[in-house]
Amino acid sequence: MIAIEINEVRKSYGTLQALAGVSLQIEEGEFFALLGPNGAGKTTLISTLAGLTRADSGSLKAMGHDVVSDYREARRALGIVPQEIVFDPFFSVRETLRFQAGYFGIPRSAALDTWIDELLGNLSLSDKADKNMRQLSGGMKRRVLVAQALVHRPPVIVLDEPTAGVDVELRQTLWAFIRRLNAEGHTILLTTHYLEEAQQLCNRIAMMKAGAIVALDTTDHLLNAFSERVLKVIVSGDLPVPLVAKRAKQSGAWHYFSIQDYAEVELLLAEMRLLGVTVTKMEVAEPDLEEVFLKVMNK
Amino acid sequence: MIGVPNAAAKRNPAFLEGARERQEQGPAGFAGCESGERRRPSACGVWEPSMIGFQTLLLKEILRFWKVGFQTVAAPVLTAILYLLIFSHVMSGTNAAFPGVSYEQFLIPGLAMMSMLQNAFANTSSSLIQSKITGSILFILLPPLSHWNFYFAYVLAAIVRALAVGAGVFVVGLVLAHIPVHNAAWILIFALLGSAMLGTMGMIAGLWADKFDQLAAFQNFIIMPLTFLSGVFYSIHSLPAFWQVLSHLNPFFYLIDGFRYGFFGKSDVSVWLSLGVTTFAFLCLSAVTLALLKSGYKLRQ
Repeated sequence: MIAIEINEVRKSYGTLQALAGVSLQIEEGEFFALLGPNGAGKTTLISTLAGLTRADSGSLKAMGHDVVSDYREARRALGIVPQEIVFDPFFSVRETLRFQAGYFGIPRSAALDTWIDELLGNLSLSDKADKNMRQLSGGMKRRVLVAQALVHRPPVIVLDEPTAGVDVELRQTLWAFIRRLNAEGHTILLTTHYLEEAQQLCNRIAMMKAGAIVALDTTDHLLNAFSERVLKVIVSGDLPVPLVAKRAKQSGAWHYFSIQDYAEVELLLAEMRLLGVTVTKMEVAEPDLEEVFLKVMNK
Repeated sequence: MIGVPNAAAKRNPAFLEGARERQEQGPAGFAGCESGERRRPSACGVWEPSMIGFQTLLLKEILRFWKVGFQTVAAPVLTAILYLLIFSHVMSGTNAAFPGVSYEQFLIPGLAMMSMLQNAFANTSSSLIQSKITGSILFILLPPLSHWNFYFAYVLAAIVRALAVGAGVFVVGLVLAHIPVHNAAWILIFALLGSAMLGTMGMIAGLWADKFDQLAAFQNFIIMPLTFLSGVFYSIHSLPAFWQVLSHLNPFFYLIDGFRYGFFGKSDVSVWLSLGVTTFAFLCLSAVTLALLKSGYKLRQ
């Protein structure tokens, strides 16, 4: 089943074209990343999906439900973690979550309270359950936002830069939880500026630029197409001519050699030894999403 | 951390169920009715999701003012009492509007209504602008709540606050003067109509305003003059002809006049005219508000 279906969505604010005809399909169970520089239209796209923004044209569906004509079912299918930290200062964490569940039509019950306790446990918030939202730190408030998005057990979870300004430990806690939800069948749509997170977590990636999708592929394909494994070396003295010919590029003292697999490292090093080259420093760099991102954005 | 979810999963195996299954069960997975019957109110009784969403929003709106009850209920009651003490002292002996009704008796229902109107307006408008400015309005924009859900939850919460304030003023008034009750039904009808109408106006103001300053302008330049010039402190018969005509254009005048009729059985204009004017004004304002909410005016870009 298709979890998210976006079809030719356009949105302009005055003369600024925020979405220039975006089409995208995300299958159920995917861990999908939406990447792009600030102002590329990622948040506008998510807002349109969430019904916070209305598209000028095109259609969006969540779990097969149109976000405009069938908004009730579409919104029930979505759990959205917003980018900005927002909270209601009148209520405690538990009250906040009970209200959020209620808005989605879930009555107060023992089962709901059990689920809220589990969410709080998974997000390391158990001891804050009865604290007022105002008493929480920024990172804690962000975790409450995650809990709020999950309290109605949505099949599709959308996280808009959930780890911005969040410390390492918490980030790992959060990702462990989201990963498990994904393993249980939840579809995850993520935007982030931490490209290594997207590389590690996501099976498929879309890159946006100026309101349009400029790259869309599996993470592996993108890495292979735009990035490569390289052997980087610094040597004493000049690099002999036969090796200069094989070199991919030079950057400062580093000489770069493209390699397909690790067996080639051995061969290259053997050749250097044969030519009397002394390697003073060496690294093997794996394909890197950051490099892919920069190449795609500068295309 | 990793140990916690496993323990949780052991306690509740449903935790590990797939997302699709949850979607099929919908929120019904929690309790209440069978999955297939989710959307049929008859099968689920009060469980109908939209109804629960509305009830939750109503409860939240009531708790919002109740948690700061000193400011939202006690303070307006005290203000009304101060008006009552000062005006009844200064104006004592003045000819009241209706024969056999003292100025104090005349003033109390007017003050009660004025407090209700102002607080109904304050409740919806301040709730909306606060949540718009802090961004927490998001929490009610993301769920499947309809514009009807929104409208009725906000307006009913405003009515609850207005009635609490009005009852407070009335109870204190009972201590200070004898207040007759001619017809409780008219009292209740105008109390409800007045607070619903001002709650609705508060919604329009709260939706329209982008900052507190604009809301304050709406409140001080529209709501305050209309309430003060509606015959709270005087009978409009005591006014020069021009001002009498002008007062008849003020819908708040009819609210207060009709409300007073419930107490004294006497009014400046027919109670039926008051009912007609205020009902018409209320329905127009409601239609505007519902249209604004449906269009997502200033809420959904």
